[in-house]
Amino acid sequence: MSATMAASGAARNTAVAEKLANRRRRSNRTVEALCLAATVIGLAFLAMILGTLLYLGMQGLSLSVFTEATKPPGSHGGLLNAIVGSLIQTTIGTLVGTPIGLLVGTYLAEYAQNSRLGNAVRFVSDVLLSAPSILIGLFVYSVLVRPFGGFSGIAGCVALAVIVIPIVVRTTEDMLRLIPVSLREAAVALGAPKWKMIVLICYRAALDGIATGVLLAVARVAGETAPLLFTSLGNLNWSLDITQPMSSLPVTIYQYAGSAFDDWVQLAWVGALLITFGVLAINVVASVVLRPRQ
Amino acid sequence: MSTTMNVASEKLGMAAPMVRAAAEGMNEPRIAIRNLDFFYGSHRALKSINLEFPARQVTGMIGPSGCGKSTLLRVLNRMYDLYPGQRATGEVMLDGQNIIDPKLDLIHLRSRVGMVFQKPTPFPMSIYDNIAFGVRLHEQLSKSAMDERVEWSLSRAALWDEAKDRLNTSAMGLSGGQQQRLCIARTIAVRPEVILFDEPTSALDPISTLKIEELIDELKDDFTIAIVTHNMQQAARIADQVAFFYVGEMVEVGTATQMFTAPREKRTQEYITGRFG
Repeated sequence: MSATMAASGAARNTAVAEKLANRRRRSNRTVEALCLAATVIGLAFLAMILGTLLYLGMQGLSLSVFTEATKPPGSHGGLLNAIVGSLIQTTIGTLVGTPIGLLVGTYLAEYAQNSRLGNAVRFVSDVLLSAPSILIGLFVYSVLVRPFGGFSGIAGCVALAVIVIPIVVRTTEDMLRLIPVSLREAAVALGAPKWKMIVLICYRAALDGIATGVLLAVARVAGETAPLLFTSLGNLNWSLDITQPMSSLPVTIYQYAGSAFDDWVQLAWVGALLITFGVLAINVVASVVLRPRQ
Repeated sequence: MSTTMNVASEKLGMAAPMVRAAAEGMNEPRIAIRNLDFFYGSHRALKSINLEFPARQVTGMIGPSGCGKSTLLRVLNRMYDLYPGQRATGEVMLDGQNIIDPKLDLIHLRSRVGMVFQKPTPFPMSIYDNIAFGVRLHEQLSKSAMDERVEWSLSRAALWDEAKDRLNTSAMGLSGGQQQRLCIARTIAVRPEVILFDEPTSALDPISTLKIEELIDELKDDFTIAIVTHNMQQAARIADQVAFFYVGEMVEVGTATQMFTAPREKRTQEYITGRFG
């Protein structure tokens, strides 16, 4: 009696298990298909953007883009002043913003984990991180441009630095917090004071992550338009003077793309191509060269 | 509650001569702990500890998890100072100086009391720089003197032959056992008087464990050693003196032979025979 029951029970269990397994396989296939479809849609848009950019940008790509400054419509200008202006402002903005962000991130991770001031600073920094960049442009406009009588490359650099800071704060704090306690204690046990532990051990251990954060910040500010519109304004003439209005790729693209002149629109496409592949290159460097070792 | 504590501390106070008697035949103490209490916030994790660490010998500390043996180790180099809310009271004398005096220069203390941790913790830099890091904190050596110090400490840590051709490669490329010997080399390079080992082999394979144990046996010629271990065979193999801890109290201390063959306390006997822990 009990043997039969056990046998029928086993049979029923097999049937149920079979049914459950089929259902699992079906839902697995469905989810997989949905994920794949979403990926294809996302990548398709990316491919379309990159394709259009390559197609239209390559048409106008020539040596004169890199050797000539922007010129009036119809006179075969280039983008040299915009490229150089972008390089200058991005470089200075990063050089100014990174040390500040690094120190703030260090303060948050090492000195103020749970203090009230630390939490307030962290909150403000996170708000700044997601603030619309046009607000940062307006802020710098009201503190640097209006009081000091004009648009300038310096103001552009400052606006970009303000964008860099919270990005570097976030990555620095996150990366320092990933450093295991054991490594910190090992440094302290040898007699290292706290600042040496941070500078000589923690920074070194977190170097890849922090450098990645800085590169991502560079990529972000290299493409910023809004904060520059109110600060460095743009300059159609060749100028390396950062106390004067300064050209930049994003602003030039903004001005040219909306213009009525075909050769300007063409240059805007080239500029967009340059920025996109510049940023792409930075991202590739960030993920390949600086990928975590060990 | 406080009455119980007082009774307990009196009992241990009376036990102090016995502790000293147990250390007979041992060298004079390098570190002497008297009536040490330790608090994590309001939790009293060590209760009136009295213990002496004989110079140039190995003191093994055993006991179940959470009994306070690692806590005690971390008092000896003031590691607990890193964490607010942790404090110690009592007396921990090292060469006539109370280690737990808040005014003590911690950097100097840590040059005299080194520590090796459970998990190997190589710094993300070359093997050479791993050693030089600690030395540079306390001394200014010429390049040649530093080279000598690196060779000396790596040799003492039985790592020189394996590392001498790759001193400038990253220490992260060493095996686990090699990394732990590098950490030992790094610690002795500072030339401390005392070395604390916090379960130094629990993350290592048996062969690496054996090497570290042989190393500790050699190091006691020059250094006073305190080692926390969960492995009683290990304590029996390498310790001259063994102290048994249980829920924040030091139950018993004696020579390794005495502790493992004829423990005086019932709790010690139960622990070493595997009744609990």
